[in-house]
Amino acid sequence: MSDRERPAEQSALHHVGVSVTRVDGAAKVSGSARYLDDIPAMPGELFGTTVRSQVARGRIRSVHFDSAFDWSDVTRVTAADVPENFVQLIVDDQPVLAAKHINHRYEPIVLLACADRAKLQRARDAVRIDVDELAPIFDVADALEVKECIWGEDNVQSRFLISKGLADTEDSQAGIAQALSNSEVVVSGSYSTHHQEQLYIEPHGMLAWWDDAGVHAIGSLQCPHYVHKAFKRTFGLPGEQIHISPSVTGGGFGGKEDYPSVIGLHAALLAQKSGQPVRLLYDRREDIEATTKRHPSRCDITTGCDRDGTMRALEMRVVFDAGAYVTLTPVVLSRGILHAGGAYRWQDARIEGLSVATNTPPNGAFRGFGAPQTIWAIERHLDRVARELGMDPGLLKRHNLLVEGDSTCTGQQLRGSVGGHACVEQVFAASDYLSRRQAGPTRQDRKVRGVGCSLFMHGAGFTGSGERMLKGKAAVDLLAGGRLRVRSGSTDLGQGAATVFAQIAADAAGVPIDAVEIATPTTTQVPDSGPTAASRTTMVVGSIVERAAKEVGRRVAEMRRPGERFEDAGDRLLSQHEQVSALFQYELPSWVQWDEERYKGDAYPVYGWMCDVAEVEVDLDTFEVQVLRFWQAADVGKAINPVQCKGQLEGGSLQAIGWALCEELLHDEGRVVNPTMSNYIIPTALDAPRFETILVECPYEHGPGGGAKGIGELPMDGPAAAVAAAVEHATGIVVDSLPLTPERLMAMAEAGSQEGAS
Amino acid sequence: MKIELQVNGEEHELELPPMVRLLDVLRGKLGLTGTKEGCGEGECGSCVVLLDGEPVNACLVAIGQCDGRAVLTVEGLGSSAELSSLQSCLAEHGGAQCGACTPGILLVAEALLRRERAPSDEQIRQAISGNLCRCTGYERIVRSVQEAAKLRSDDSAGEGAAQ
Repeated sequence: MSDRERPAEQSALHHVGVSVTRVDGAAKVSGSARYLDDIPAMPGELFGTTVRSQVARGRIRSVHFDSAFDWSDVTRVTAADVPENFVQLIVDDQPVLAAKHINHRYEPIVLLACADRAKLQRARDAVRIDVDELAPIFDVADALEVKECIWGEDNVQSRFLISKGLADTEDSQAGIAQALSNSEVVVSGSYSTHHQEQLYIEPHGMLAWWDDAGVHAIGSLQCPHYVHKAFKRTFGLPGEQIHISPSVTGGGFGGKEDYPSVIGLHAALLAQKSGQPVRLLYDRREDIEATTKRHPSRCDITTGCDRDGTMRALEMRVVFDAGAYVTLTPVVLSRGILHAGGAYRWQDARIEGLSVATNTPPNGAFRGFGAPQTIWAIERHLDRVARELGMDPGLLKRHNLLVEGDSTCTGQQLRGSVGGHACVEQVFAASDYLSRRQAGPTRQDRKVRGVGCSLFMHGAGFTGSGERMLKGKAAVDLLAGGRLRVRSGSTDLGQGAATVFAQIAADAAGVPIDAVEIATPTTTQVPDSGPTAASRTTMVVGSIVERAAKEVGRRVAEMRRPGERFEDAGDRLLSQHEQVSALFQYELPSWVQWDEERYKGDAYPVYGWMCDVAEVEVDLDTFEVQVLRFWQAADVGKAINPVQCKGQLEGGSLQAIGWALCEELLHDEGRVVNPTMSNYIIPTALDAPRFETILVECPYEHGPGGGAKGIGELPMDGPAAAVAAAVEHATGIVVDSLPLTPERLMAMAEAGSQEGAS
Repeated sequence: MKIELQVNGEEHELELPPMVRLLDVLRGKLGLTGTKEGCGEGECGSCVVLLDGEPVNACLVAIGQCDGRAVLTVEGLGSSAELSSLQSCLAEHGGAQCGACTPGILLVAEALLRRERAPSDEQIRQAISGNLCRCTGYERIVRSVQEAAKLRSDDSAGEGAAQ
C-alpha cells in the first residue's frame, strides 16, 4: 500500500474519524491474503478427517477398524488418545471425542489422518461404530417435561431471573401479577425464533504440528486465547508451549469464537499421534452440520400499560434451545435476558431465562448473542400492544424509549451517550415513516408495500464485572525508524479491527498510519486481550491500544530535541533501552457496579442505540417478501472509520434480514436437512435492500478516539422486527414466529389470520 | 490429457485427467490461491474466474473443457503493489471486509465493466447476484464498482489486465 498514492487525508497525522483504506485491503483484493487453505503444505503434512456419530443419542459399544484395510499409513485417534477429554469452556460436559455417550448426530468419535486424501475417504468407510441407541429429545417442550433425561437432573442447563419494582421481592411472580393487575391494559403474546447458521464464506479449518517449542496451531478463528486455554487443559502443557495463531480469517460472526477449540484439538491430536503436521478443513456440509448455530428461542410476554401507551409492567419467560452441550449458552442466555426489556422504560419487571438441552449439535455464539431473539420478541410485542391501543407502533416505542437518567430492568441508571431519540428522529425523517404509516399500504396490481420500524439498544463489552475479571491487555512497542507495533489478542475477521487499531494508535502516538503495524495475534507473542467478541474490540481493546500508544508517544516526545524527527528521537530512545514498550490492562470505569447474584446494577458500561425502518413489497400471489429500502441510524459514540462502521451496520442488518425471511436450518430427527448453500439460503445482492445508513455520534466518555462504542452486534438485533412490522403494515398478516417464509405467510393468509386491510 | 491453458497471460502446458476441477488446477499446480473455494457446488461464487472473458465457477469447470482457452484470476487483475482501479476501489470504499468473496466479485465486476462503461445499480446487483457476501450487505460493493466505473471512464485508456 505504501507504494500507492494515498488520498491526502491519510498522510496527515489525523486518522480517527477518517475512512482510511483498510490495512489488509491490498492483500485481500489482490488475492495474496493467505487463508488457511492457501498456506502451502508443510513437509510431511497429512490431511485429517472426522468420523462422526450416525445417531442422535446412544451408547458406544465398540469402534471397529476393518482388518482388511491397510492402516499402515493412516493415523487413528479415539477418545483413548485424548489426555484430558473435555473441551475447556464453561462447563466440563463436552468431550473432545465421544468415549461412551453420544448426545447429538454429529458427535465426533474417531479422527483419521493420511497423506493421500483419496485413501483417507476409503479409510472412513473402514470404520464401524456400534451403538446402542437411546431415545433422543429434539423438542424443548419434551426436554422441559423430562420425557428423557439427557442433561443434568432436569435438562435445564442454566436459569436466570431479573426482577424490578413490585417484582423485586421473595415472591417475584406474585409481585409482577400485582403490577399487571394494576395496569389499565394487559396484553400477552408468544414469539419464537429458529436456528441460524453464521455462514462465513471461509469454512472452518486448522493446521497443527508439534516441535521442540511445543504445539502450534494456525487456523480460521476469532479468539486465539480460547484455543490456548483448551489446549492447556487437554494436553496439560505449560502456556508458553502452546502457540495459537489465526490465519487470515474469512468471517466469523461468533461461529469461530469457541468451535476452533474443537477442530484445533482434533488437528493437534492427529499431529501428536502421527508426529507430522495435520490440516483439518471442513467442507461446507460438515461446517453447517457440525458447528454451532444461533439458539432457537421462545419468549412468552405479558405487559401492562396505561391507555395512553405508557408501558408499566413486563413479565417475560425466555427459553433457549441449547443443544447437546453447554458451550457458551449461559452467557448467551444472560445477554438475551439483559436485552429482553428492549430499549424501554419499565417500572416493574420479571424476566426469567432458561436454557434447555436437546440432542442437536450445541448452539453457541452468533452476532447479537441472545439479544436478537429477545429483541425480536419485545419489538413484536410492542407492535401487538400498539394494535390493541390503536396507536402507531413507532410512536408507542418512541414514547417509552429510555433516556439519560432512566433505569433499565436491572436498575442501571443510564449515565450518558444515550442516543436513542436522535436515531429515531433521523430515521423517521429520512424514511418519512410517520406519513407513510398514516397513508397506509400502497398497492399496485398484486404487489403491496408497507413500512415498519424497530428500536433497540445493545450493551457493549462483557456483561457486568466481566471486563474486570477478564483483565484484557494490549501492548504497543516502539520499533526502529519511528515505527510502532500493536500487540493484542484481537483478530481481524473482516470487521476491520486491524485498521481501527492502526488509526487509534497512530493518532495517540502522533505518527502516520503507515508507521503502525499490527502483530499477528500468536498466543506466545501477544498479551491476552480477551476474546474478539461481545462488541468489545474497538471499545475495550481499542482503548487499551490508545493508552499504550499514547505512552510510547509520550516517551519519544520526552526524548525529542527541538526540530528532531519522531523517528530519530525514537531510535535514540531505543539505543538506550533494550525494549521500549507499553503494556496496559483494561480498567472498567470504577462506577460500574454489578451484582451477579441478584442480576442488578450496571449490566454494561454503555449501549449502542439504533432505529431501523424497513420498506417491503409483498407479492400477494406468491407471498414473497422483498425488502426494498432500509433506513438505519445508529448511535456509535464515535465512528473511528465511517466507511467500515457503516459496512458493519449494513452487513449486520442484511444478516438479520436473512434470518427474518429466508434462512432456516431444518432438522429431521437430529439430522440437518439443508446443510449446503443451495438449500440454506442467504440473501444475494438482488435480495438486499438499498441501505441508507446514518451515523449518530453521542460520545462515550471512556471510549477510544473520542468516544467510540462497540457496534458489531447492534445491527443484528432489530431488522427482523422491522421487516415483520412492515409485512404487517402491507398485508395485515401478523407473524410472531420467524422466519417469514412465503409458505408461512401464505398459510397464515389462508387461515384467515389477517387482522388488517390488505 | 494434454491441456494448453493460458492463465493471466502466461501459457501453460499441463498433463492432467480431464475431470480435474479448474479450481484445483489453479490453486494446486499453478499456486494461484487467490481463487477461493466457499462451497464446491457453484452456489457461492467465491471461485469465479473469467474463462475467455466470461465468468465461470471454477469449482464446476473440468480442466478438460479448458484446452486452448484463457483464464483470468484475481492475480491477473493486479498485484498488491500495482492494484487495478477496480481492486483499489473495493479496498477503499468498503467493498471488501473478510475478503473471502472478494476475488470472485472482482472478476464478475471486471467482466461487467468491460461490457458496460457506466453500469446501473441494478446491473451491478444482477452481475454479482451469483456471488454470496456475508459481511457487507452488498451496498458498499455496489458503490465500489460504481466508483471504479467512474475512474475507468475518466481514464479512457482503460486499466486492468486485458484479455
